[in-house]
Amino acid sequence: MSEVIHIGKEENELLAKVEEISGEIVTLCEQCGICTTSCPMADDMDFTPAAIMHAVKTGDKAVLDSKAIWICASCFTCTVRCPRGIDLAKVTEALRQIHLRKNKDHINLEEVKEEELEEDLPPIAIVSALRKFTG
Amino acid sequence: MTRIGVYVCHCGGNISDTVNVEEVAQFASKLPDVVVVRSISHMCSESGQKAIMDDVREYKLDRIVVAACSPQFQGSTFEKTLIKAGLNPSMVEMANIREQSAWPHYKTPENATEKAKVLTAMAVERIRKTKPVEREAIKIGKNVLVIGGGIAGIQASLDLANAGFNVFLVEEKPTIGGHMAQLSRTFPTEDCASCILAPKMADVADHPNIHLLTYTEILDIYGSVGNFKVRLKQKPRYVDPDRCTACGECEKVCPVSVPDEFNLGMTARKAIYLPSPTAVPHAHVIDENACLGIVPLRCGLCEQACEANAINYDDTPKYINLDIDTIIVATGFEIFDVRKKPQYGYGRFQNVITALELERLIVEAAEGHFIRPIGKDIAFIQCVGSRDKQVGNLYCSRICCMYATKLASLLKRADPSRDVYIFYTDLRAYGKGFEEYYRKAQELGVKFIRGRPGELQEDPETKKVIVRVEDTLTRKIIEKKFDLVVLSVGLVPSKGTLKIAEMLKLPRSSDGFLKEAHPKFRPVDTPVEGVFVAGTAQGPKDIPDTVAQASAAAARAMAIMNRGELELSPIKAIVYEEKCDGCGECIEACPVDAIKLNGKASINAAICKGCGACISSCPRDAIDLKIFSNDEIMAEIEAALKDKKEGEHRILVFADDMCTYTLADGVGTAKLNYPSDIFIIRVPSSSRITPKMMIKAFELGADAIFLGECEEAVSPYSGTLKVIKENVEKARKALEEAGIEGGRIQYSSFVTVMFPKFVNIANRLHEIATKNEISEDKRRRLHKIEVVE
Repeated sequence: MSEVIHIGKEENELLAKVEEISGEIVTLCEQCGICTTSCPMADDMDFTPAAIMHAVKTGDKAVLDSKAIWICASCFTCTVRCPRGIDLAKVTEALRQIHLRKNKDHINLEEVKEEELEEDLPPIAIVSALRKFTG
Repeated sequence: MTRIGVYVCHCGGNISDTVNVEEVAQFASKLPDVVVVRSISHMCSESGQKAIMDDVREYKLDRIVVAACSPQFQGSTFEKTLIKAGLNPSMVEMANIREQSAWPHYKTPENATEKAKVLTAMAVERIRKTKPVEREAIKIGKNVLVIGGGIAGIQASLDLANAGFNVFLVEEKPTIGGHMAQLSRTFPTEDCASCILAPKMADVADHPNIHLLTYTEILDIYGSVGNFKVRLKQKPRYVDPDRCTACGECEKVCPVSVPDEFNLGMTARKAIYLPSPTAVPHAHVIDENACLGIVPLRCGLCEQACEANAINYDDTPKYINLDIDTIIVATGFEIFDVRKKPQYGYGRFQNVITALELERLIVEAAEGHFIRPIGKDIAFIQCVGSRDKQVGNLYCSRICCMYATKLASLLKRADPSRDVYIFYTDLRAYGKGFEEYYRKAQELGVKFIRGRPGELQEDPETKKVIVRVEDTLTRKIIEKKFDLVVLSVGLVPSKGTLKIAEMLKLPRSSDGFLKEAHPKFRPVDTPVEGVFVAGTAQGPKDIPDTVAQASAAAARAMAIMNRGELELSPIKAIVYEEKCDGCGECIEACPVDAIKLNGKASINAAICKGCGACISSCPRDAIDLKIFSNDEIMAEIEAALKDKKEGEHRILVFADDMCTYTLADGVGTAKLNYPSDIFIIRVPSSSRITPKMMIKAFELGADAIFLGECEEAVSPYSGTLKVIKENVEKARKALEEAGIEGGRIQYSSFVTVMFPKFVNIANRLHEIATKNEISEDKRRRLHKIEVVE
């Protein structure tokens, strides 16, 4: 069964908010996907960079709870390659900001086990976790 | 002493339902030099025109004012009436009381009547200052220069030559044919490109009216329409094309091999070579940079092999001077330099090639085998160098979707076991037969995948190219190794296009290609009179569009040359020689290079477009326009501000004829309302309004001033917006010195459909003008302020 998405006021608010925080025009995105295969982390993302852009455009709030926005390494490769000249790194940062401003989902650093630090957790995840903690 | 007749038109109620025309007529009868006033139902009708002709005879009128509709609407009608009445056609002025008063102010009839009076007074005062202008015509011969020997230049040359004109076709390469000669087949019909092109190339060589000048570069071009002086340099071929039979014996003995540019360096040629299999002229040429024989040591092998005695090592460049009447620029394109996108590995990965290289591979394969292996798994990547802000090309190159579809189809049809993919963002199959052709490719099994790869990698062992791309329809990342990746490269203006643009002062649009005189109605004219553009020099396009445009450019050139003379627009700049001290400031200001300094400034009327941007640059007030002269404009300004009553406001809008004035007419016609204290003064370009004029207007009572100009993209002039900005800044500074807000002067650019923008600006100007009053003291202070120009 297909899911029908109704785009209304709330969905448009997400787009407006992201555009306000990032200063970028997200509706410029033409969904070419160059960002995705330029992204070194894309394979680990639940939303590809292009999917993030599309979600913002259509106001799909699931993107706010995605792992992808925290997996983003802010390496800016998407930004320097976007043929529409959109600064995707800023858009992703805006999504993180929206999340952080809700002030939830903190990580207790003391609970992170040493062996997890050495093996499972990629450094970028720890950086993200600290951002969340201080945000 | 002048004798003026004023005619107030009812326009069958269009005007008289709102404006009290009798009151306007009564008012006009008291204006200076007015001898006769009539109010007539339809001025443009035969009886209206007859009234003018009769009055000219009876009252010995020498000037006419028609208070009726827009001069853009009926101006030429009354010019003809004046000619019939034996007067110079410049001696009529229209007061636009319909579009600028009766219609936009229909809700306030009293204001409309008052404004109509002022508009009529402005026209009367202006016509008092008008001097008769003789229309100049220049002789035009039948010599046309076609620059560029691609399909555009070939088509234009043949059309012109068949119509009996004298064509000089100049091509910098040793053969004509251009890029089309390199192609395999043409979409969507799949004709063999060189098979359909070769007969046309042969026709060019044989045509008695075409002087073909290959291997020739343009050194410089001076002058203007009907009188272009062109200097050419024909490089030495070292082979007499009349004797050479292209037998190829010379090639066999030549010891030097260099990359063959016709095959984009994928094969080798000798130092003596035939530039292409269908070259015209069909003769060999010696590459002087590669040949051993020219200097200093003689090799001489080819000379010995040549039975036709065609080789001449002592050949020298020839310098040719031409007198030319019109020019067609058909300088074509180059493909985007893919090395600017290093993430696609072109030049580093041996199996990444451009689509043009694949064209050559397919042609060469038709004559035998592939000159390099292409394999079974083949990918095309679209939009390389197009639609890409990162490389500065925002435009779509228009042909890549279809040529990739064509190349993919050819490969798939030749060997159905090939797996062929096209990675695209938006597939544009807009032309005749394109959509059907796209469908055919899909039927053949070509896979169109919606996604653009971020980068390519090479498998170090197999040298296969790894493509990773997001299928944006499924959000899955596809990864596949390909034997060959073809980059569908975009088009950029050729070096020749840039060179000729600079030489002829042709403006370019933001995409870098040549700009048309008007994007809709003059698509093959350049803003330089007598110079036309055809083919990809104007922008990316396919072969049918190129041919259509070339024929259009040829027809436009014929239209000028056929008449034998060209009547120049009477709106031209003139220099008052007694005032000019030869400082040369105006030369810099002229956007079209029409001014030369021979001790004093002199203006080439054939080049001058009459914008008036030079006027404000002259420190000695020595430049003027023949029509729209300083005296005429000042008379209008004074009349617009005269008799301003206590509590009234006056806003002057200077409207360029092509965009802002047309827009204002449109706003009136749509019966959109704006404040009636706005008075519109028609000018060729607002750049002719000097800071001094603006300051004078404030001194005389203006409360706000607005300068409207065409948007750069549609403007008949280029560079006038810059002049307007500078003039406004100078005038604002002077205003502020006198304690008046600089913001009372505004400017903006328009196209003719921006109705809401016009109304918004008019309302804002009214606000600016009425917010505070300018004291008489401050206005007097302006009198003493020197405006630096």
